[in-house]
Amino acid sequence: MERQSPLFRLFLHVAALLLAAVILAPLVWLFVMSISPAADLAAKPLKWWPATMDFSRYTVLLSTTENSAGAAFIASLRNSLMVAGMATLAAIALAVPAGWAVSRTPSVGWSLSVVIATYMLPPVALAVPLYMALSNFGLLNSVFGLALVYLTILAPFTTWLMKSGFDGIPREIEQAAVIDGASLWQTLRIITLPLAMPVVATSALFAFLLGWDEFFYALLFTSDQRAKTLTVAIADLAGGRVSDYGLIATAGVLAALPPVIVGLVMQRALISGLTSGGVKG
Amino acid sequence: MSGTWITTRAWLLMLPLLIVMVAVIGWPLADTVQLSFTDAKLVGTSGSYVGFDNYLRLVSGNAFGRTLFTTTFFAVVVVTTEMVFGVLAALLLNQQFYGRTLLRALLILPWALPTVVNATLWRLIYNPEYGALNAALTQIGILDAYRSWLGEPGTALTALIVADCWKNFPLVAMIALAALQAVPRDVIAASYVDGASAFSRFRFVTLPYLAGPLMVALVLRTIEAFKVFDIIWVMTRGGPANSTRTMSILVYQEAFSFQRAGSGASLALIVTLIITVLAVAYGTVVKKVAGSAT
Repeated sequence: MERQSPLFRLFLHVAALLLAAVILAPLVWLFVMSISPAADLAAKPLKWWPATMDFSRYTVLLSTTENSAGAAFIASLRNSLMVAGMATLAAIALAVPAGWAVSRTPSVGWSLSVVIATYMLPPVALAVPLYMALSNFGLLNSVFGLALVYLTILAPFTTWLMKSGFDGIPREIEQAAVIDGASLWQTLRIITLPLAMPVVATSALFAFLLGWDEFFYALLFTSDQRAKTLTVAIADLAGGRVSDYGLIATAGVLAALPPVIVGLVMQRALISGLTSGGVKG
Repeated sequence: MSGTWITTRAWLLMLPLLIVMVAVIGWPLADTVQLSFTDAKLVGTSGSYVGFDNYLRLVSGNAFGRTLFTTTFFAVVVVTTEMVFGVLAALLLNQQFYGRTLLRALLILPWALPTVVNATLWRLIYNPEYGALNAALTQIGILDAYRSWLGEPGTALTALIVADCWKNFPLVAMIALAALQAVPRDVIAASYVDGASAFSRFRFVTLPYLAGPLMVALVLRTIEAFKVFDIIWVMTRGGPANSTRTMSILVYQEAFSFQRAGSGASLALIVTLIITVLAVAYGTVVKKVAGSAT
Protein backbone atom coordinates (compact mmCIF):
# COMPACT_ATOMS: atom_id res chain seq x y z
CA MET A 1 0.00 0.00 0.00
CA GLU A 2 2.39 2.70 1.22
CA ARG A 3 5.50 2.70 -0.95
CA GLN A 4 8.59 3.99 0.79
CA SER A 5 11.05 6.01 -1.24
CA PRO A 6 14.72 4.90 -0.82
CA LEU A 7 15.53 8.18 0.91
CA PHE A 8 12.68 7.71 3.38
CA ARG A 9 13.80 4.14 4.04
CA LEU A 10 17.31 5.38 4.79
CA PHE A 11 15.90 8.04 7.11
CA LEU A 12 13.82 5.43 8.97
CA HIS A 13 16.81 3.17 9.54
CA VAL A 14 19.02 6.04 10.73
CA ALA A 15 16.30 7.19 13.12
CA ALA A 16 15.83 3.61 14.38
CA LEU A 17 19.57 3.27 15.03
CA LEU A 18 19.54 6.58 16.87
CA LEU A 19 16.61 5.52 19.05
CA ALA A 20 18.30 2.18 19.82
CA ALA A 21 21.49 4.03 20.79
CA VAL A 22 19.62 6.44 23.07
CA ILE A 23 17.88 3.56 24.85
CA LEU A 24 20.86 1.23 25.06
CA ALA A 25 23.84 3.51 25.73
CA PRO A 26 23.11 4.23 29.43
CA LEU A 27 22.16 0.59 30.08
CA VAL A 28 25.22 -0.85 28.38
CA TRP A 29 27.38 1.62 30.28
CA LEU A 30 25.84 0.48 33.59
CA PHE A 31 26.85 -3.08 32.73
CA VAL A 32 30.33 -2.08 31.49
CA MET A 33 30.95 -0.20 34.75
CA SER A 34 30.00 -3.31 36.70
CA ILE A 35 32.64 -5.45 34.94
CA SER A 36 35.43 -2.88 34.55
CA PRO A 37 38.42 -2.92 36.92
CA ALA A 38 38.25 0.06 39.31
CA ALA A 39 41.39 1.54 37.73
CA ASP A 40 39.74 1.63 34.29
CA LEU A 41 36.77 3.58 35.66
CA ALA A 42 39.06 6.20 37.22
CA ALA A 43 41.29 6.48 34.15
CA LYS A 44 41.60 9.67 32.08
CA PRO A 45 40.85 9.42 29.25
CA LEU A 46 38.13 7.05 30.36
CA LYS A 47 38.35 3.45 29.11
CA TRP A 48 35.04 2.61 27.44
CA TRP A 49 35.64 -1.13 27.41
CA PRO A 50 37.71 -3.11 29.93
CA ALA A 51 40.78 -5.01 28.75
CA THR A 52 39.76 -7.87 31.02
CA MET A 53 36.22 -8.39 32.21
CA ASP A 54 36.00 -8.50 35.97
CA PHE A 55 32.93 -10.22 37.37
CA SER A 56 34.30 -10.32 40.92
CA ARG A 57 31.90 -7.63 42.17
CA TYR A 58 28.97 -9.91 41.48
CA THR A 59 30.48 -12.57 43.75
CA VAL A 60 31.27 -9.89 46.35
CA LEU A 61 27.67 -8.64 46.46
CA LEU A 62 26.15 -12.11 46.42
CA SER A 63 28.41 -13.54 49.13
CA THR A 64 27.04 -14.06 52.61
CA THR A 65 30.23 -13.43 54.61
CA GLU A 66 29.40 -11.67 57.90
CA ASN A 67 29.66 -7.85 57.89
CA SER A 68 30.69 -7.67 54.25
CA ALA A 69 29.15 -5.50 51.54
CA GLY A 70 27.58 -8.75 50.35
CA ALA A 71 25.79 -9.44 53.63
CA ALA A 72 24.15 -6.01 53.56
CA PHE A 73 23.19 -6.43 49.93
CA ILE A 74 21.73 -9.92 50.46
CA ALA A 75 19.78 -8.65 53.46
CA SER A 76 18.26 -5.81 51.43
CA LEU A 77 17.49 -8.22 48.60
CA ARG A 78 15.67 -10.50 51.04
CA ASN A 79 13.81 -7.53 52.56
CA SER A 80 12.70 -6.30 49.13
CA LEU A 81 11.45 -9.76 48.20
CA MET A 82 9.58 -10.11 51.51
CA VAL A 83 8.01 -6.64 51.51
CA ALA A 84 6.99 -6.68 47.84
CA GLY A 85 5.87 -10.32 48.10
CA MET A 86 3.75 -9.90 51.23
CA ALA A 87 2.20 -6.65 50.02
CA THR A 88 1.38 -8.25 46.66
CA LEU A 89 -0.30 -11.29 48.25
CA ALA A 90 -2.34 -9.08 50.57
CA ALA A 91 -3.29 -6.68 47.77
CA ILE A 92 -4.46 -9.54 45.54
CA ALA A 93 -6.43 -11.12 48.39
CA LEU A 94 -8.24 -7.81 48.89
CA ALA A 95 -8.58 -6.95 45.20
CA VAL A 96 -10.09 -10.20 43.87
CA PRO A 97 -13.37 -10.13 45.85
CA ALA A 98 -13.62 -6.34 45.66
CA GLY A 99 -12.86 -6.25 41.93
CA TRP A 100 -15.46 -8.93 41.24
CA ALA A 101 -18.08 -7.17 43.37
CA VAL A 102 -17.57 -3.84 41.58
CA SER A 103 -17.54 -5.51 38.17
CA ARG A 104 -20.84 -7.35 38.76
CA THR A 105 -22.63 -4.67 40.79
CA PRO A 106 -22.86 -1.33 38.94
CA SER A 107 -24.62 0.29 41.90
CA VAL A 108 -21.39 0.23 43.95
CA GLY A 109 -19.19 1.35 41.06
CA TRP A 110 -18.66 4.81 42.55
CA SER A 111 -16.69 3.27 45.39
CA LEU A 112 -14.08 2.14 42.86
CA SER A 113 -13.66 5.74 41.69
CA VAL A 114 -12.92 6.71 45.29
CA VAL A 115 -10.39 3.88 45.58
CA ILE A 116 -8.68 4.89 42.32
CA ALA A 117 -8.64 8.56 43.34
CA THR A 118 -6.54 7.62 46.38
CA TYR A 119 -3.93 6.25 43.98
CA MET A 120 -3.22 9.83 42.89
CA LEU A 121 -2.55 11.02 46.44
CA PRO A 122 1.05 12.07 46.95
CA PRO A 123 2.71 9.76 49.51
CA VAL A 124 3.78 12.85 51.47
CA ALA A 125 0.11 13.41 52.37
CA LEU A 126 0.08 10.17 54.38
CA ALA A 127 3.69 9.94 55.51
CA VAL A 128 3.60 11.81 58.83
CA PRO A 129 0.62 9.99 60.43
CA LEU A 130 1.86 6.66 59.05
CA TYR A 131 5.26 7.32 60.62
CA MET A 132 3.68 8.15 63.99
CA ALA A 133 1.38 5.11 63.85
CA LEU A 134 4.12 2.68 62.88
CA SER A 135 6.25 4.12 65.66
CA ASN A 136 3.42 3.60 68.20
CA PHE A 137 2.87 0.00 67.14
CA GLY A 138 6.61 -0.76 67.07
CA LEU A 139 6.46 -1.38 63.32
CA LEU A 140 9.11 1.09 62.22
CA ASN A 141 12.07 -0.68 60.61
CA SER A 142 9.96 -3.81 60.09
CA VAL A 143 9.22 -5.61 56.85
CA PHE A 144 5.65 -6.18 58.06
CA GLY A 145 5.06 -2.51 58.75
CA LEU A 146 6.47 -1.52 55.38
CA ALA A 147 4.40 -4.18 53.56
CA LEU A 148 1.29 -2.79 55.27
CA VAL A 149 2.15 0.73 54.12
CA TYR A 150 2.73 -0.52 50.56
CA LEU A 151 -0.95 -1.51 50.47
CA THR A 152 -1.71 2.22 50.11
CA ILE A 153 -0.21 1.93 46.60
CA LEU A 154 -0.80 -1.70 45.67
CA ALA A 155 -4.39 -2.26 46.83
CA PRO A 156 -6.08 0.49 44.74
CA PHE A 157 -3.98 -0.44 41.72
CA THR A 158 -4.70 -4.18 41.79
CA THR A 159 -8.41 -3.60 42.47
CA TRP A 160 -8.59 -1.41 39.38
CA LEU A 161 -6.83 -4.08 37.24
CA MET A 162 -8.95 -6.92 38.64
CA LYS A 163 -12.17 -5.00 37.99
CA SER A 164 -11.21 -4.53 34.31
CA GLY A 165 -10.24 -8.21 34.22
CA PHE A 166 -13.61 -9.40 35.54
CA ASP A 167 -15.34 -7.04 33.11
CA GLY A 168 -13.82 -9.16 30.34
CA ILE A 169 -15.39 -12.38 31.65
CA PRO A 170 -19.02 -12.66 30.46
CA ARG A 171 -21.42 -12.82 33.38
CA GLU A 172 -23.62 -15.18 31.31
CA ILE A 173 -21.16 -17.97 32.13
CA GLU A 174 -21.72 -17.36 35.84
CA GLN A 175 -25.49 -17.13 35.40
CA ALA A 176 -25.52 -20.46 33.54
CA ALA A 177 -23.72 -22.12 36.44
CA VAL A 178 -26.15 -20.62 38.93
CA ILE A 179 -29.10 -21.90 36.88
CA ASP A 180 -27.50 -25.36 36.91
CA GLY A 181 -27.71 -25.20 40.70
CA ALA A 182 -24.23 -24.08 41.67
CA SER A 183 -23.95 -21.86 44.72
CA LEU A 184 -22.29 -18.46 44.32
CA TRP A 185 -19.15 -19.74 46.03
CA GLN A 186 -19.00 -22.79 43.72
CA THR A 187 -19.51 -20.57 40.68
CA LEU A 188 -16.69 -18.28 41.64
CA ARG A 189 -14.35 -21.12 42.54
CA ILE A 190 -15.05 -23.42 39.57
CA ILE A 191 -15.93 -20.95 36.80
CA THR A 192 -14.84 -17.38 37.41
CA LEU A 193 -11.53 -17.65 39.25
CA PRO A 194 -9.90 -20.08 36.79
CA LEU A 195 -10.91 -17.76 33.94
CA ALA A 196 -9.52 -14.78 35.84
CA MET A 197 -6.16 -16.40 36.63
CA PRO A 198 -4.26 -14.62 33.80
CA VAL A 199 -5.50 -11.25 35.09
CA VAL A 200 -4.64 -12.22 38.66
CA ALA A 201 -1.12 -13.13 37.49
CA THR A 202 -0.65 -9.86 35.56
CA SER A 203 -1.97 -7.80 38.47
CA ALA A 204 0.31 -9.62 40.90
CA LEU A 205 3.29 -9.02 38.64
CA PHE A 206 2.49 -5.32 38.30
CA ALA A 207 2.00 -5.04 42.06
CA PHE A 208 5.28 -6.81 42.76
CA LEU A 209 7.16 -4.48 40.41
CA LEU A 210 5.59 -1.45 42.12
CA GLY A 211 6.67 -2.79 45.50
CA TRP A 212 10.15 -3.61 44.21
CA ASP A 213 10.49 -0.07 42.83
CA GLU A 214 9.17 1.80 45.88
CA PHE A 215 11.62 4.14 47.60
CA PHE A 216 9.94 6.98 49.51
CA TYR A 217 8.22 4.98 52.27
CA ALA A 218 11.17 2.57 52.51
CA LEU A 219 13.53 5.52 53.03
CA LEU A 220 11.32 6.92 55.81
CA PHE A 221 10.31 3.78 57.62
CA THR A 222 13.44 1.58 57.59
CA SER A 223 16.79 2.21 59.19
CA ASP A 224 18.97 -0.92 59.13
CA GLN A 225 19.52 -4.37 57.65
CA ARG A 226 16.45 -5.79 59.35
CA ALA A 227 14.13 -3.96 56.97
CA LYS A 228 16.08 -1.76 54.51
CA THR A 229 15.01 -2.59 50.98
CA LEU A 230 17.14 -2.79 47.87
CA THR A 231 16.18 0.69 46.65
CA VAL A 232 17.30 2.25 49.93
CA ALA A 233 20.49 0.17 49.97
CA ILE A 234 21.35 1.35 46.46
CA ALA A 235 20.59 4.97 47.29
CA ASP A 236 22.89 4.59 50.33
CA LEU A 237 25.63 3.23 48.10
CA ALA A 238 25.17 6.02 45.54
CA GLY A 239 25.17 8.74 48.19
CA GLY A 240 27.83 7.22 50.44
CA ARG A 241 31.58 7.15 50.31
CA VAL A 242 31.97 4.02 48.23
CA SER A 243 35.09 4.62 46.17
CA ASP A 244 34.44 1.83 43.68
CA TYR A 245 31.76 3.04 41.28
CA GLY A 246 31.73 -0.39 39.70
CA LEU A 247 30.26 -1.83 42.89
CA ILE A 248 27.38 0.68 42.79
CA ALA A 249 26.79 -0.23 39.13
CA THR A 250 26.80 -3.94 39.99
CA ALA A 251 24.16 -3.42 42.69
CA GLY A 252 22.14 -1.49 40.10
CA VAL A 253 22.38 -4.29 37.53
CA LEU A 254 21.31 -6.91 40.09
CA ALA A 255 18.36 -4.80 41.28
CA ALA A 256 17.29 -4.13 37.70
CA LEU A 257 17.46 -7.74 36.52
CA PRO A 258 14.14 -9.04 37.94
CA PRO A 259 11.93 -6.23 36.58
CA VAL A 260 13.81 -6.11 33.27
CA ILE A 261 13.41 -9.87 32.75
CA VAL A 262 9.74 -9.68 33.72
CA GLY A 263 9.32 -6.71 31.38
CA LEU A 264 10.86 -8.50 28.40
CA VAL A 265 9.10 -11.83 28.95
CA MET A 266 5.71 -10.36 29.81
CA GLN A 267 5.91 -7.45 27.35
CA ARG A 268 2.62 -8.19 25.62
CA ALA A 269 0.63 -8.59 28.84
CA LEU A 270 2.23 -5.54 30.45
CA ILE A 271 1.57 -3.28 27.47
CA SER A 272 -2.03 -4.41 27.13
CA GLY A 273 -2.43 -3.78 30.85
CA LEU A 274 -0.87 -0.34 30.54
CA THR A 275 -2.88 0.67 27.53
CA SER A 276 -6.23 -0.78 28.61
CA GLY A 277 -5.79 1.13 31.84
CA GLY A 278 -4.65 4.09 29.75
CA VAL A 279 -7.49 4.01 27.28
CA LYS A 280 -10.30 3.35 29.74
CA GLY A 281 -8.91 5.72 32.33
CA MET B 1 -32.15 -12.59 44.02
CA SER B 2 -33.28 -9.18 45.19
CA GLY B 3 -31.40 -6.02 44.34
CA THR B 4 -30.76 -5.08 47.95
CA TRP B 5 -29.16 -8.46 48.66
CA ILE B 6 -26.90 -8.10 45.61
CA THR B 7 -25.81 -4.65 46.76
CA THR B 8 -25.28 -5.87 50.33
CA ARG B 9 -23.28 -8.82 49.03
CA ALA B 10 -21.10 -6.47 46.98
CA TRP B 11 -20.37 -4.33 50.04
CA LEU B 12 -19.54 -7.46 52.05
CA LEU B 13 -17.05 -8.61 49.41
CA MET B 14 -15.49 -5.16 49.38
CA LEU B 15 -15.40 -4.90 53.16
CA PRO B 16 -11.83 -6.23 53.68
CA LEU B 17 -10.48 -3.79 51.08
CA LEU B 18 -12.45 -0.89 52.52
CA ILE B 19 -11.29 -1.60 56.08
CA VAL B 20 -7.65 -1.67 54.97
CA MET B 21 -8.06 1.45 52.84
CA VAL B 22 -9.60 3.38 55.73
CA ALA B 23 -6.81 2.21 58.03
CA VAL B 24 -3.85 3.00 55.76
CA ILE B 25 -5.22 5.89 53.65
CA GLY B 26 -8.44 7.38 55.06
CA TRP B 27 -7.31 7.72 58.64
CA PRO B 28 -3.77 9.00 57.87
CA LEU B 29 -5.20 11.57 55.46
CA ALA B 30 -7.68 12.80 58.07
CA ASP B 31 -4.87 12.90 60.62
CA THR B 32 -2.71 14.93 58.23
CA VAL B 33 -5.54 17.49 58.00
CA GLN B 34 -5.79 17.62 61.78
CA LEU B 35 -1.99 17.88 62.21
CA SER B 36 -1.78 20.70 59.69
CA PHE B 37 -3.58 22.99 62.18
CA THR B 38 -1.14 22.20 65.01
CA ASP B 39 2.49 22.87 65.83
CA ALA B 40 3.11 19.16 66.51
CA LYS B 41 6.63 17.78 66.35
CA LEU B 42 7.39 14.45 64.68
CA VAL B 43 8.24 12.81 68.01
CA GLY B 44 7.21 13.80 71.50
CA THR B 45 4.68 16.62 71.82
CA SER B 46 1.35 16.26 70.08
CA GLY B 47 1.27 20.05 69.69
CA SER B 48 -1.49 22.58 70.16
CA TYR B 49 -4.02 24.11 67.81
CA VAL B 50 -2.60 27.02 65.82
CA GLY B 51 -5.31 27.58 63.20
CA PHE B 52 -4.05 28.51 59.76
CA ASP B 53 -0.66 29.71 61.07
CA ASN B 54 1.28 26.92 59.31
CA TYR B 55 -0.36 27.65 55.99
CA LEU B 56 0.13 31.42 56.24
CA ARG B 57 3.76 31.11 57.32
CA LEU B 58 4.53 28.63 54.52
CA VAL B 59 2.85 30.52 51.73
CA SER B 60 4.45 33.82 52.76
CA GLY B 61 7.92 32.27 53.16
CA ASN B 62 10.26 32.44 50.17
CA ALA B 63 11.02 28.69 50.02
CA PHE B 64 7.42 27.91 49.02
CA GLY B 65 7.17 30.10 45.93
CA ARG B 66 10.56 29.10 44.63
CA THR B 67 9.91 25.39 45.21
CA LEU B 68 6.50 25.60 43.56
CA PHE B 69 8.14 27.23 40.56
CA THR B 70 10.89 24.59 40.37
CA THR B 71 8.31 21.80 40.60
CA THR B 72 6.07 23.31 37.93
CA PHE B 73 9.05 23.94 35.66
CA PHE B 74 10.27 20.36 36.13
CA ALA B 75 6.80 18.91 35.47
CA VAL B 76 6.08 21.02 32.39
CA VAL B 77 9.46 20.46 30.72
CA VAL B 78 9.62 16.76 31.55
CA VAL B 79 6.08 15.99 30.43
CA THR B 80 6.32 18.06 27.23
CA THR B 81 9.63 16.46 26.24
CA GLU B 82 8.35 12.96 27.00
CA MET B 83 5.18 13.51 24.99
CA VAL B 84 7.08 14.84 21.96
CA PHE B 85 9.77 12.16 21.97
CA GLY B 86 7.29 9.45 22.92
CA VAL B 87 5.02 10.25 19.97
CA LEU B 88 7.97 10.58 17.57
CA ALA B 89 9.31 7.19 18.72
CA ALA B 90 5.86 5.64 18.31
CA LEU B 91 5.45 7.07 14.79
CA LEU B 92 8.85 5.60 13.90
CA LEU B 93 8.03 2.20 15.43
CA ASN B 94 4.79 2.12 13.46
CA GLN B 95 6.75 2.19 10.16
CA GLN B 96 8.35 -0.74 8.34
CA PHE B 97 12.09 -1.24 8.88
CA TYR B 98 14.59 -3.95 9.76
CA GLY B 99 14.80 -4.74 13.47
CA ARG B 100 11.45 -3.17 14.32
CA THR B 101 10.38 -6.01 16.63
CA LEU B 102 13.68 -5.82 18.52
CA LEU B 103 13.48 -2.04 18.89
CA ARG B 104 9.91 -2.30 20.19
CA ALA B 105 11.14 -4.78 22.79
CA LEU B 106 14.01 -2.49 23.83
CA LEU B 107 11.50 0.26 24.57
CA ILE B 108 10.42 -1.54 27.73
CA LEU B 109 13.92 -1.50 29.26
CA PRO B 110 14.10 2.09 30.60
CA TRP B 111 10.53 1.76 31.85
CA ALA B 112 11.34 -1.48 33.70
CA LEU B 113 14.52 -0.13 35.27
CA PRO B 114 13.79 0.73 38.93
CA THR B 115 13.63 4.51 39.47
CA VAL B 116 16.39 4.43 42.06
CA VAL B 117 18.67 2.42 39.76
CA ASN B 118 17.98 4.94 36.99
CA ALA B 119 18.87 7.81 39.31
CA THR B 120 22.05 6.04 40.45
CA LEU B 121 23.04 5.28 36.87
CA TRP B 122 22.70 8.92 35.79
CA ARG B 123 24.45 10.10 38.92
CA LEU B 124 27.42 7.97 37.86
CA ILE B 125 27.20 9.27 34.28
CA TYR B 126 27.24 12.89 35.53
CA ASN B 127 30.07 12.23 38.03
CA PRO B 128 32.35 15.31 38.08
CA GLU B 129 35.63 13.35 38.20
CA TYR B 130 35.07 10.05 36.40
CA GLY B 131 31.65 10.41 34.74
CA ALA B 132 30.96 9.14 31.25
CA LEU B 133 29.36 12.42 30.13
CA ASN B 134 32.46 14.45 30.97
CA ALA B 135 34.67 11.82 29.34
CA ALA B 136 32.59 11.64 26.18
CA LEU B 137 32.24 15.41 25.76
CA THR B 138 35.95 16.09 26.33
CA GLN B 139 37.02 13.23 24.08
CA ILE B 140 34.95 14.58 21.16
CA GLY B 141 36.20 18.05 21.95
CA ILE B 142 32.95 19.77 22.92
CA LEU B 143 34.11 20.35 26.50
CA ASP B 144 37.53 21.67 27.62
CA ALA B 145 37.39 20.63 31.25
CA TYR B 146 35.30 18.28 33.37
CA ARG B 147 32.22 19.85 34.92
CA SER B 148 30.16 19.09 37.98
CA TRP B 149 26.81 18.69 36.25
CA LEU B 150 24.87 17.95 39.43
CA GLY B 151 26.97 20.25 41.58
CA GLU B 152 26.24 23.53 39.80
CA PRO B 153 22.84 25.22 40.21
CA GLY B 154 22.88 26.14 36.51
CA THR B 155 22.97 22.56 35.19
CA ALA B 156 21.62 20.33 37.97
CA LEU B 157 17.92 20.67 37.12
CA THR B 158 18.54 20.12 33.39
CA ALA B 159 20.62 17.05 34.18
CA LEU B 160 17.75 15.68 36.29
CA ILE B 161 15.24 16.42 33.55
CA VAL B 162 17.29 14.46 31.00
CA ALA B 163 17.53 11.48 33.36
CA ASP B 164 13.78 11.52 34.04
CA CYS B 165 12.83 11.89 30.37
CA TRP B 166 15.06 8.99 29.36
CA LYS B 167 13.24 6.70 31.78
CA ASN B 168 9.71 7.85 31.04
CA PHE B 169 9.41 8.68 27.34
CA PRO B 170 9.15 4.92 26.52
CA LEU B 171 5.90 4.74 28.51
CA VAL B 172 4.37 7.48 26.35
CA ALA B 173 5.78 5.76 23.26
CA MET B 174 4.21 2.41 24.23
CA ILE B 175 0.81 4.01 24.83
CA ALA B 176 1.02 6.01 21.58
CA LEU B 177 2.16 2.97 19.59
CA ALA B 178 -0.77 0.90 20.84
CA ALA B 179 -3.10 3.73 19.78
CA LEU B 180 -1.47 3.98 16.35
CA GLN B 181 -1.95 0.28 15.79
CA ALA B 182 -5.65 0.76 16.44
CA VAL B 183 -6.01 3.12 13.44
CA PRO B 184 -7.89 1.09 10.79
CA ARG B 185 -5.73 0.35 7.71
CA ASP B 186 -8.52 1.21 5.28
CA VAL B 187 -8.88 4.72 6.71
CA ILE B 188 -5.19 5.29 6.02
CA ALA B 189 -5.58 3.76 2.56
CA ALA B 190 -8.48 6.10 1.84
CA SER B 191 -6.35 9.13 2.78
CA TYR B 192 -3.77 8.03 0.16
CA VAL B 193 -6.49 7.65 -2.47
CA ASP B 194 -7.74 11.13 -1.58
CA GLY B 195 -4.20 12.47 -2.08
CA ALA B 196 -3.70 13.73 1.48
CA SER B 197 -0.23 15.03 2.36
CA ALA B 198 1.78 13.30 5.07
CA PHE B 199 1.08 16.18 7.43
CA SER B 200 -2.67 16.31 6.90
CA ARG B 201 -2.77 12.52 7.17
CA PHE B 202 -1.17 12.83 10.61
CA ARG B 203 -3.30 15.79 11.63
CA PHE B 204 -6.70 14.55 10.45
CA VAL B 205 -6.44 10.75 10.33
CA THR B 206 -3.92 9.65 12.96
CA LEU B 207 -4.12 12.34 15.61
CA PRO B 208 -7.80 11.82 16.48
CA TYR B 209 -6.99 8.20 17.36
CA LEU B 210 -4.00 9.29 19.43
CA ALA B 211 -5.70 12.12 21.30
CA GLY B 212 -7.61 10.09 23.92
CA PRO B 213 -4.80 7.76 25.06
CA LEU B 214 -2.26 10.60 24.93
CA MET B 215 -4.44 12.78 27.14
CA VAL B 216 -4.55 9.99 29.71
CA ALA B 217 -0.76 9.58 29.49
CA LEU B 218 -0.45 13.35 29.92
CA VAL B 219 -2.61 13.32 33.06
CA LEU B 220 -0.77 10.42 34.66
CA ARG B 221 2.69 11.75 33.82
CA THR B 222 1.89 15.30 34.96
CA ILE B 223 0.62 14.09 38.32
CA GLU B 224 3.64 11.80 38.72
CA ALA B 225 6.05 14.57 37.71
CA PHE B 226 4.47 16.95 40.20
CA LYS B 227 4.89 14.38 42.99
CA VAL B 228 8.51 13.64 42.00
CA PHE B 229 10.76 12.62 44.87
CA ASP B 230 12.86 9.48 44.27
CA ILE B 231 15.04 10.54 41.35
CA ILE B 232 15.77 13.94 42.88
CA TRP B 233 16.52 12.58 46.32
CA VAL B 234 19.02 10.06 44.96
CA MET B 235 20.70 12.44 42.51
CA THR B 236 20.84 15.80 44.33
CA ARG B 237 18.69 15.73 47.51
CA GLY B 238 17.24 19.01 46.24
CA GLY B 239 20.59 20.79 45.98
CA PRO B 240 22.83 22.49 45.04
CA ALA B 241 21.58 25.67 46.73
CA ASN B 242 18.03 24.24 46.60
CA SER B 243 18.03 24.56 42.81
CA THR B 244 16.39 21.13 42.36
CA ARG B 245 14.14 21.17 45.42
CA THR B 246 10.60 20.09 44.51
CA MET B 247 7.47 20.12 46.66
CA SER B 248 7.84 16.53 47.87
CA ILE B 249 11.47 17.19 48.86
CA LEU B 250 10.36 20.32 50.74
CA VAL B 251 7.70 18.32 52.63
CA TYR B 252 10.30 15.70 53.50
CA GLN B 253 12.70 18.32 54.83
CA GLU B 254 10.02 20.13 56.81
CA ALA B 255 8.40 17.04 58.36
CA PHE B 256 11.33 14.64 58.72
CA SER B 257 14.61 16.61 58.61
CA PHE B 258 13.32 19.47 60.79
CA GLN B 259 10.73 17.22 62.50
CA ARG B 260 8.02 19.88 62.14
CA ALA B 261 5.13 17.46 61.63
CA GLY B 262 2.44 20.15 61.78
CA SER B 263 3.85 22.44 59.15
CA GLY B 264 5.00 19.46 57.05
CA ALA B 265 1.39 18.25 57.05
CA SER B 266 0.12 21.66 55.87
CA LEU B 267 2.63 21.63 53.05
CA ALA B 268 1.66 18.06 52.08
CA LEU B 269 -1.99 19.12 51.91
CA ILE B 270 -1.16 22.05 49.66
CA VAL B 271 0.59 19.58 47.31
CA THR B 272 -2.44 17.28 47.49
CA LEU B 273 -4.75 20.18 46.69
CA ILE B 274 -2.72 21.17 43.62
CA ILE B 275 -2.69 17.58 42.37
CA THR B 276 -6.44 17.25 42.92
CA VAL B 277 -7.04 20.44 40.91
CA LEU B 278 -4.79 19.10 38.13
CA ALA B 279 -6.58 15.75 38.12
CA VAL B 280 -10.06 17.29 38.02
CA ALA B 281 -9.11 19.82 35.34
CA TYR B 282 -7.54 17.14 33.21
CA GLY B 283 -10.46 14.77 33.82
CA THR B 284 -12.78 17.37 32.30
CA VAL B 285 -10.52 17.84 29.27
CA VAL B 286 -10.11 14.09 28.79
CA LYS B 287 -13.88 13.60 28.72
CA LYS B 288 -14.17 16.37 26.13
CA VAL B 289 -11.42 14.96 23.92
CA ALA B 290 -12.74 11.42 24.22
CA GLY B 291 -16.19 12.69 23.32
CA SER B 292 -15.07 14.63 20.23
CA ALA B 293 -12.67 11.96 18.90
CA THR B 294 -15.23 9.19 18.56
